[in-house]
Amino acid sequence: MNIHEYQAKELLRAYGIPVPPGEVAYSDRAAARVAEEIGGNRWVVKAQIHAGGRGKAGGVRIASSREELREIVDRMIGSRLITEQTGPEGQLVQRVLVERACRVDREWYLGMTIDRASQRIAVIASADGGVDIEEVAREHPERIHTEIVDPATGLLDFQCRKLAMAIGLQHRMAPFVRLLKRLYRLMCDKDALLVEINPLVETEDGDLLALDAKLSFDDNALFRQGEIAELRDFDEEDPKEVEAHGHGLSYIALDGQVGCIVNGAGLAMATMDAIVLHGARPANFLDVGGGASPEKVANAFRIVRADPNVRVILVNVFAGINRCDWIAEGVVRAARSQGVDVPIVVRLAGTNVEEGRRILAESGLDLIVAEDLDDGARKAVAALRAVEAGYEPVPEGVRA
Amino acid sequence: MSVFVDETSRVIIQGFTGQHATFHAQDAMAHGTNVVGGVTPGKGGTTHLGLPVFDSVEEAVAATGANVTGIFAPPQVAVDALLEAIEAGVEVAVIIADGVPVHDMVKTKRYLTGRSTTIIGPNSPGIITPGRCKVGIMPAHIYSPGRIGVVSRSGTLNYEAVSQMSRLGLGQSTCVGIGGDPVNGVDFRAVLEAFEEDPETDAVVMIGEIGGPQEVEAARWAAEHMTKPVVGFVAGVSAPRGRRMGHAGAVIAGDSDTAQAKLDAMEELGLLVVRNPAEIGVTVARALKRAGAL
Repeated sequence: MNIHEYQAKELLRAYGIPVPPGEVAYSDRAAARVAEEIGGNRWVVKAQIHAGGRGKAGGVRIASSREELREIVDRMIGSRLITEQTGPEGQLVQRVLVERACRVDREWYLGMTIDRASQRIAVIASADGGVDIEEVAREHPERIHTEIVDPATGLLDFQCRKLAMAIGLQHRMAPFVRLLKRLYRLMCDKDALLVEINPLVETEDGDLLALDAKLSFDDNALFRQGEIAELRDFDEEDPKEVEAHGHGLSYIALDGQVGCIVNGAGLAMATMDAIVLHGARPANFLDVGGGASPEKVANAFRIVRADPNVRVILVNVFAGINRCDWIAEGVVRAARSQGVDVPIVVRLAGTNVEEGRRILAESGLDLIVAEDLDDGARKAVAALRAVEAGYEPVPEGVRA
Repeated sequence: MSVFVDETSRVIIQGFTGQHATFHAQDAMAHGTNVVGGVTPGKGGTTHLGLPVFDSVEEAVAATGANVTGIFAPPQVAVDALLEAIEAGVEVAVIIADGVPVHDMVKTKRYLTGRSTTIIGPNSPGIITPGRCKVGIMPAHIYSPGRIGVVSRSGTLNYEAVSQMSRLGLGQSTCVGIGGDPVNGVDFRAVLEAFEEDPETDAVVMIGEIGGPQEVEAARWAAEHMTKPVVGFVAGVSAPRGRRMGHAGAVIAGDSDTAQAKLDAMEELGLLVVRNPAEIGVTVARALKRAGAL
């Protein structure tokens, strides 16, 4: 789960990590009030959306007067910001963060993440701050410095000092060690998966300041992180994904035309891959999970069909703890009650497969039955090509 | 002797009296698994499925000589159950729960230092040595005894691969689901090592997915140390960057996390790489033929 920058900075502040004076605002008037409160004569206005790449997209602006500030905020709020991460439709800006601008001498990168190689928390630092860290890692891996933390001791002072020396922060050793250790405590306390300060800056006065912050949390730990869970902003998420989640379905919208309804994350990905191998593209990832009831399958149909790009639906279920008869029941129910108007290809295997196939056959519906994974993907793509060529409803050539 | 579990394994089920645990314990027993009891705190002294129930793993181990546990506790408490099993000296602990907090697993792996429990999971379908022992939630009836070792992150993709092999008459020595979480127990490499040592395994299928370095690390180890053929598949060539594809660990964070990069690396290291998930079975057959075992 991701949160907004202003929320991340409030958390940093609560952990004693210095951030620029500032506050969130929902209107130009509120922004002017924030400016008055925090003082100064230049302010930074930052669009609060989860997607990165805001700076290049015009989502971070400097105002040199109150009037200019109100003008910028007025234009920003209610607009759709298109960054390299939002997709072409952009993301609606509903609030901005107003901060006092500060003069910056140098910028660093600081991050903490779960390192999958060591299976521990890694602390990452670089003297190349304020830029895309992945690019630095690619082009100049020697400029990235990492310390792996033993969970039994936590982050140790000497590790922090090593990093300080590696990135040229020896002259601010004590505050840097303090900052890193607080950041590590935040990461552990709040079940964060990623903590990123980019850039960390040294101001004219010699203070270390987190100029931008990104925090990401473990969804699986939200049951014990009530305060974090409350920070979730559903407006930043795909409403179909949120709805699917509510039905116990794992759904991710993609940009193809073959709607997928599968059980298990691995098989769902492999099904998408098979569709690509046969020359089409999946419209979504969807895992119905284990023990899927007919109702759950029908819900999956509704969510997949809500995507206007979907021209054919491929159901691929290898039932272990699932039951093919329930899946078939769900398919039939959805096709009848929702009046599904696209070809449906169904591949069933595993527990109660015979019963499942009988239900499909006796339904009298125009379903395309597939023998195995390859057959399913092939028939789905063939049906798609037929629909694209204008055949209605399902042409004989692709029927089982 | 297959790997990790066989007919000599003495299995307990943690969370024994729960609905799912009961269902899968029955299926495991019908499949020949030597289930010797279970643990449900507060229900010690009673019996369930004709077997003794204990309040703690320590008691269960002392009374039954159990050396393998299947943990069916929900994700919020599964790690506590796992740590209890490790402390009680259980040799193999299978943890099924999907939704275990990552930080808990980081600490658990540190806790394991100096202790010898093999953890399988979390977010795992379990482990099965067909006809002899099953600890998990996989449908036992699709597996058949044989000489192919299978290791995967995903459960359903494990079933898919097995069914393709079964159609060609290729049975399995042991199938291990190491789970879809970013921080997990045994990794691909550890399972490959076990299969290489196992006289009952002739070839290995490794089924990975996007995210993390474990597949390539294992492939690198295999290239240097394995005499048996390894067939590799990685799911998710069509997955977008930055999105978690169902499994907590299935996310492309950097270039090396993509399925394409992993498949290419595996191929470079000399593994038999499958690019079409429907061709896992036939590729295993080809590997055996090439190795002269079929």
